[in-house]
Amino acid sequence: MSFITEALWVLLLGSLLGLELIGKVPPTLHTPLMSGANAISGITVLAALTLLIKAGDQGPLLLIGSCALGFALFNVIGGFLVTDRMLAMFSRKKNKNGGRG
Amino acid sequence: MLNPEIIKYLIDLTAVLLLSLGIKGLSKVRTARQANKLAGIAIALAVVGLFIDSYLSSDISIKSLIWIISGATIGGFLGILTAKKVPMTAMPETVALFNGCGGMSSLLVALGVSIYPISSNGVSITNGLVETISIVISIFVGAITFSGSIIAMAKLQGWLSTPNWTQSKFRHLVNISIVITCLVASLSLLTQNNGLFLLVIAAFLLGIGVTLPIGGADMPVVISLLNSYSGVAAAAAGFVVGSQLLIVGGAMVGAAGLILTQVMCKGMNRSLVSVLFGGMISSSSNSKGAVKSEYTNITSCSVEECALTIEAAERVVIVPGYGLAVAQAQHTLREVTRAMESSGINVSYAIHPVAGRMPGHMNVLLAEADIPYEQLKEMDVINPDFPATDVVLVLGANDVVNPQAKNDVDSPLYGMPVLDVYEARTVFVIKRGMSAGYSGIKNDLFDLPNTSMVFGDAKKVLGDLLVELKELGVGRKS
Repeated sequence: MSFITEALWVLLLGSLLGLELIGKVPPTLHTPLMSGANAISGITVLAALTLLIKAGDQGPLLLIGSCALGFALFNVIGGFLVTDRMLAMFSRKKNKNGGRG
Repeated sequence: MLNPEIIKYLIDLTAVLLLSLGIKGLSKVRTARQANKLAGIAIALAVVGLFIDSYLSSDISIKSLIWIISGATIGGFLGILTAKKVPMTAMPETVALFNGCGGMSSLLVALGVSIYPISSNGVSITNGLVETISIVISIFVGAITFSGSIIAMAKLQGWLSTPNWTQSKFRHLVNISIVITCLVASLSLLTQNNGLFLLVIAAFLLGIGVTLPIGGADMPVVISLLNSYSGVAAAAAGFVVGSQLLIVGGAMVGAAGLILTQVMCKGMNRSLVSVLFGGMISSSSNSKGAVKSEYTNITSCSVEECALTIEAAERVVIVPGYGLAVAQAQHTLREVTRAMESSGINVSYAIHPVAGRMPGHMNVLLAEADIPYEQLKEMDVINPDFPATDVVLVLGANDVVNPQAKNDVDSPLYGMPVLDVYEARTVFVIKRGMSAGYSGIKNDLFDLPNTSMVFGDAKKVLGDLLVELKELGVGRKS
C-alpha cells in the first residue's frame, strides 16, 4: 500500500473515532473539553519538528519551522496547563466533600 | 534487537490510544483531570517517538537541534506564562488564542514545505498532486483558524466591536468573493504552482470576514468550530510531512470538535447555520425591538430592603452571570451565601447552560470561590422550583433570565431556553445600570412588579448586603 492509501484509511478511521468518542457531555465540561481538545490539536508540533529535522541547511526553512514549533508548543503546553487549572477546581471540591462525608 | 520501525509503530499506537482515552475521559466530570494529563502524556510520547525514529533512520543536524530548542523554549515559556497568569474570567479568549496559534503552526509548516520542498527520505509522498492538495488545505484552514481565532479573542476581550457594515447583506458578497479568490488561488497553485501568497492572504481575510459579523454571545460556538478546524489543519499538515500519527490526532480533534460544536449549539438553542450566517442576534430585531425598548415600571430598592426580604426567606436561588465574574465578586457572594446557610436558608445556584461567556465557564468560576458543586443546579433541574422560591438574586446575568424568550414571538431571543426566575415571589436584580445585556435586547423581567433593581457594582452590593444581613442577625447561629 502506498503512503497515500494508508494515510486516507488513517484519516477515515481517525475521524470516525473522533465522532464516537464524545457522546453526551455535561455543560459543565464544555469549556474544559474544548480547551483540552484544543491542546490536542497542537499535535501539529510533530509537523513542525519533522520540518525542522528534514530542513537540512536551508536557513529560511529552519526559521519557518522554528516559528511553527513555537506556535504549536504555545498551543500544546498552554492548552494543557490551562485545562488542568480549570479542572483542578472541580476535583479540589470533590476531595473536600470526600473528606467531610 | 527490535526493528526501529516497530518501535516507532508501538510508540505511535500507544500515543493514539492515550489520545482517544484522553478525549473520552475529558467528557466526564470524574475522569476529566486525569484524562487531560493522559492526553498531555500522549503528545509528549508522540514527540519522543518522532525523535527516536529520526535518530535511528537518519541524523538530526546540530543546526536543526539549535532551531528546535530555540523555538521550543520560546513557545513553551510563553505558553506556561500565559496559562499561569491569565485570569479565570478570560478563559474563552485564552482558548481562542491558543487555538489560533495551533492553526498558525500548521499554516507555517505547509508554507515552508511549499516554498522550500524538502527531500523527504524514508517517508516520501509519492504523488505530487496529493502533496499540493494537502498543502492547500493546510494553508487555507490554518489561516482561517488563525485569523478567526484572533478576531474571536479580540471580540471577547472587548477590543473589537461589531462594525455596522458587517451586519448588512453586503458581507455575504464580500465573503463569497473572497471564497472565489481562494478557489482561484488554489487552482493556480495546483496547476501552475503559483498563487501561494494570494491564497494565504485571501484565507486570512476569509477568517476575519466570517468571524467579524458574529455576535459575542455566539462566540463560544465559533471558537469550538475553529477548534475543530485547527484539527483539520493539523491532519492536512500530517499529509504534508507524511506523519500518520498527526493525521489520526488531527482527524480525531476535528471530528470531536464538530460534535462538541453541535452539543453547544443545542445548549444555546441555536443552529450552526444561523450562528455562522445569521450575524448578530440583535441585528434581526432592530425595527421591532426599538419600539418597545423603553422600560415603564422599574422598581429600584436599597440594599437594606433586599436584606430584610432575604432574612424572611426560606429558599433563595442565586443566578450568577458574567457580570459577577467581571466584578470578581464570587468570593463575596460565597460569604453572603454562607451567612444565609448558617441561618437555615436554603441556597442554590441556577446555572444557565451559557452562563458566563461559554458553557461551563460559570461552574469553573464558582468552583474557584469554594461554592459546593452540589448546590449548582442546571437549568432543567431548577426551573420547576422557581414558583416555590422566595427570593431570586440575579447577579450580573441578563439575557438568560429574560422572559421575552418565552412570551414574545417577535423577540430575537424567542426560543432560547431561559431561567424562569419571574415565577419566584421576589426577584432582585443587582446591576450596575439599565444597560442592555450582551444581546442588546431589553429585558422584560425588569418591568415586572415582583422585580426590584438594586443598582451598583456586584461586589460592593454584596459586601453591603453582608453587613446588612449580619446586622439583622443572619449568619449568627441562634
